[in-house]
Amino acid sequence: MSLAIDVRGLRFRYGGGPWVLDIPELTLERGSRAFLFGPSGSGKTTLLGVLAGVLEATEGEVRVLGEDLAALSGARRDAFRAEHIGYVFQMFNLIPYLSVLDNIALPARMNAERRARLDGAGVKETAALLADHLHIGDLLKKPVTELSVGQQQRVAACRALIGAPELIVADEPTSSLDFDRRETFLELLFKECERAGSTLVFVSHDRTLEGMFSRNISLPDVNKAVL
Amino acid sequence: MLVLDLALKSLRNRAFSTSLTVGSIALSFALLIGVENVRVGMRQSFSNTISQTDLIVGTKGGTIQLLLYSVFGMGAPTENVSWEAYRQWAEHPAVEWTIPYSLGDSHRGFRVVGTNEDFYRHYRYRGGQEIALAEGRANTDLFDVTLGADVAAELNYAMGDEISVTHGLGEIGFVTHDHMPFTVVGILDKTFTPVDRAIYVTLEGMEAIHWEDGAPPASDDGHAHDEEAEAAHDEDDHAHDEEDEPAHDEDDHSHDEEDEPVHDEDDHAHDDEAEAAPADDGHAHAGDIAIEDVEVRQVTSFFVGTTDRRDVLQLQRDINDFEDEPMMAVLPGVALNEMWQGLGYAETGLRLVAIFVVLVGLLGMLVSLYTSLNERRREMAILRAVGAGPNRIVALLVLESVCLAAAGALAGLAVVYGLLAAGQSVVEAQVGLFIPIRPPGPIELLLLGAVVTAGFLMGFVPAFKAYRTALHDGLAVRV
Repeated sequence: MSLAIDVRGLRFRYGGGPWVLDIPELTLERGSRAFLFGPSGSGKTTLLGVLAGVLEATEGEVRVLGEDLAALSGARRDAFRAEHIGYVFQMFNLIPYLSVLDNIALPARMNAERRARLDGAGVKETAALLADHLHIGDLLKKPVTELSVGQQQRVAACRALIGAPELIVADEPTSSLDFDRRETFLELLFKECERAGSTLVFVSHDRTLEGMFSRNISLPDVNKAVL
Repeated sequence: MLVLDLALKSLRNRAFSTSLTVGSIALSFALLIGVENVRVGMRQSFSNTISQTDLIVGTKGGTIQLLLYSVFGMGAPTENVSWEAYRQWAEHPAVEWTIPYSLGDSHRGFRVVGTNEDFYRHYRYRGGQEIALAEGRANTDLFDVTLGADVAAELNYAMGDEISVTHGLGEIGFVTHDHMPFTVVGILDKTFTPVDRAIYVTLEGMEAIHWEDGAPPASDDGHAHDEEAEAAHDEDDHAHDEEDEPAHDEDDHSHDEEDEPVHDEDDHAHDDEAEAAPADDGHAHAGDIAIEDVEVRQVTSFFVGTTDRRDVLQLQRDINDFEDEPMMAVLPGVALNEMWQGLGYAETGLRLVAIFVVLVGLLGMLVSLYTSLNERRREMAILRAVGAGPNRIVALLVLESVCLAAAGALAGLAVVYGLLAAGQSVVEAQVGLFIPIRPPGPIELLLLGAVVTAGFLMGFVPAFKAYRTALHDGLAVRV
């Protein structure tokens, strides 16, 4: 139960296509801050999809937070993701027709467990507090289309963090930021993960950030499907 | 509910395409409801052609035929009802009033209807409106005519004009009695019923038209006609004896009979005649005819109002079983209904067209939702990432579709009511079609439900695509 991620003999392909993932073993301790490195096309996003339960492993066992995803129905996997995983995309993270506040609050509104973990605080208050922590407290009422890319990524981080999910998965969230902003963003993210006790899986093709993490995983090393 | 909130916000975000879609559904739905309303209005104005008449009685024949000739002025009866039979029923204890009609003649394409003052007293249309005169007075004298509003307008007739009446129904009848002219004494208010297209004369005047040679026929009714009068019938048209000759046309110059001077005016003649005729028990020695002298022998049909409406069915049976003459009584409501059923295909056609228009509107919505999906793949991936299952994606798109259809339908209703409120009186004044404004009835609710249901079902098309895309895309960043 101490493993956040425990992958054994995972193989994945889209339909009848070639194997995209072939990972004999990949484990990650709870509470760790892992940097998952991989160049484009090395199956990073696919792996994250499998870990998040959006994609179903073709073969093998995938345990996330102790839960065997293959044993869950599609609906249960969706609920599991909503409950336990916060996800940050590379860009275009936000739903354009929702305000900043509504974007942040979305997972809590989507899932009762996430809501329950707000410790009695309201969804809006928690969202506002998180936004404050990430220095975007003054943007809550703004339409998301008026935000800069950096601001958008912070909103996305807040959304991933709300309701303190055990696992935060970030798919190249900083690739569109300049270096200084990347560091600031990461530091804020680390601080919040720590506060929530969340495990962080951070994916990037950019090794310059490697040093800030407690664990570095090179996807080409673990994924045998990549030639 | 979260998904509904998302659906509404998403629609609002695409305000332009949303309003276009809602607008096109609204217009198409307004057409559907409008057709429905016009249909109801047409049907009502159709069945309001006459009102408060309990029975229409005529000779035995087709129900619709009786309705057509006695109410709509179309077609011709095959037989008439004798005056005696008519009076017998008119005096029936259950009968409160009757309106006798004598039909079968025309003037320049318009029906000539013989009736009496009961027509003005008892005829009702559109929920109890009475016949009213726009000008002049009701026709009471033998050669008086009162014109329906359309007749006066189309033939450009004014008060005091003299018109001649044709025997027969054609534009040009086969016997034209230019020597038996009628004078316009009144013009009726427009009713938007067949009344507008008829010319009203007295029953006696109608009898007079039926004298094909311009003289009262030798009769079997006990009226004594002197030899002289009989003989005159065999002579050529211009040698009419004075007794049956109306006074005011060129023919009267040929009158040379002994005791009557040439008349230029009816009125004086009538006075004389009125006194003279009964004494003679006939029409002898009259250069003009008084209305009292003319004996009405038959009517074509008559309307009946009963004292107590509960007697109507019994009365109808009694008339249908009448042994002296073949007679038939019909309930106007039932007959009108029967006739309307016959016209039903036109209604169905209209409705079908409107339904197709609504379908086209909904298809427009489908296209708009479907094409929006490509630019919404990102949104779907985000929703998936924060924990929305494919079923929620489906629900979102179906809800959007339902919302569009419902908003369109409601807006369409609003359009219809708005147009009705604005145009009701104009339409009534222009075409005489009164479209009632009523709260949405079962039909409107049914159609509303149908459109929303169609929106719901159609929503599954984009929803299914989004579902497949969501499953396939996973969390992949594809723009």
